[in-house]
Amino acid sequence: MVTTVERPVLVVVPALNEADCIRAVVGEIRTALPAADVLVVDDGSTDATAARARAAGALVASLPYNLGVGGAIRLGYRYAAARDYHAVVQIDADGQHDPRYAHALLDRLDAGADLVIGARFAGEGDYAVAGPRRWAMVVLGTVLSWLSGTRLTDVTSGMRAASRPLVEVFAVQYPVEYLGDTVETLAMAARRGFRVRQVPVAMRTRAGGRPSQRPLRACLYLVRVLLAVLLALIRR
Amino acid sequence: MRLVLLTASTGLAILTGLTELLRRRRLREKYAALWLVTAAFVVALSLYPSGPDLVAGLLGVRSGISLVLFLSVVFLLSICMHLTWEASRLDDKTRILSEEIALIRLERETGDQSTSPLPSGPVVLVPSPDGRHGHDG
Ligand SMILES: Nc1nc2c(ncn2[C@@H]2O[C@H](COP(=O)(O)OP(=O)(O)O)[C@@H](O)[C@H]2O)c(=O)[nH]1
Ligand SMILES: [Mg+2]
Repeated sequence: MVTTVERPVLVVVPALNEADCIRAVVGEIRTALPAADVLVVDDGSTDATAARARAAGALVASLPYNLGVGGAIRLGYRYAAARDYHAVVQIDADGQHDPRYAHALLDRLDAGADLVIGARFAGEGDYAVAGPRRWAMVVLGTVLSWLSGTRLTDVTSGMRAASRPLVEVFAVQYPVEYLGDTVETLAMAARRGFRVRQVPVAMRTRAGGRPSQRPLRACLYLVRVLLAVLLALIRR
Repeated sequence: MRLVLLTASTGLAILTGLTELLRRRRLREKYAALWLVTAAFVVALSLYPSGPDLVAGLLGVRSGISLVLFLSVVFLLSICMHLTWEASRLDDKTRILSEEIALIRLERETGDQSTSPLPSGPVVLVPSPDGRHGHDG
């Protein structure tokens, strides 16, 4: 059997000012998936992110200004759809996702899934979240598990893999709003009858740079999560 | 009489401003039509302040003022809705443009046009099932 890993895979890496870790991340991805192409979507970074990614052997698409994670990822899907990539894997540029788990995601695709989420709370590693952010995740998990007919424990995880049919859908429409790129995409895929599954992955703390989500914003985050769920539910 | 002066001068000021914007080509035609009709209403209203009372009587609304207020709120709300819709659409369009730019930059860098070209025709905005826009390439 030919596994996905031997077929053309595109790894999409959204990056905003990640010059500190982009090189190591691209290197790790290329070690873990030697046959895959790595596309770093540089979203208007003001540091050396693009140059370092290129030096590390990645393809780099530089956006003229910041579009946000959703816009950057959609660009990756458009790139993949216009070529004959068999699958797309999304990996963050901050070093939190361990590219070695990409195999697990791709294997799960092969075993019959269209969207595979790398879930942080499903047994591997010791990633924990508390307070409003935790409640937000519970709400999200419940609604989206119900929509996709399977238990999902980490719907905001940015580590994912998508099958070719789904890549074509995402290239045409990928939610670009805040949280839309994680939450609404799941709802979209599930509602269109694609199989959504999760596999456990371990996450690391950031290798450098700083997170876009600061603890003080956790309450605002909860409110926005509720809005995102509402939108995901009413949008066709 | 003083009231007529106030309303008429407001109507005229709006008309003048509008003509000026049109003359300088700052307004798209669809908006020009809208505002011209609005200004015409304002001027008519200022010349016949008792007009709304007549219409209100026909509709069973007690006073012409309430009718005018109600209609203007509805009117302003629909304009706001239209503008937010328009702003979202423009956002979609500029997004697609910047995605195209990034892809073209990448192509130029890697020189890979021959192997697997990106769709090079015009980018068509297709209404997506969820009411927003996507790319049909
Ligand atoms: N393209 C793009 N990537 C972004 C943006 N903001 C953050 N990222 C990237 O998205 C990934 C996740 O960001 P992070 O701040 O760690 O989010 P968290 O892990 O969900 O807390 C990292 O690779 C960032 O470089 C953005 O505005 N545009
Ligand atoms: Mg992160």
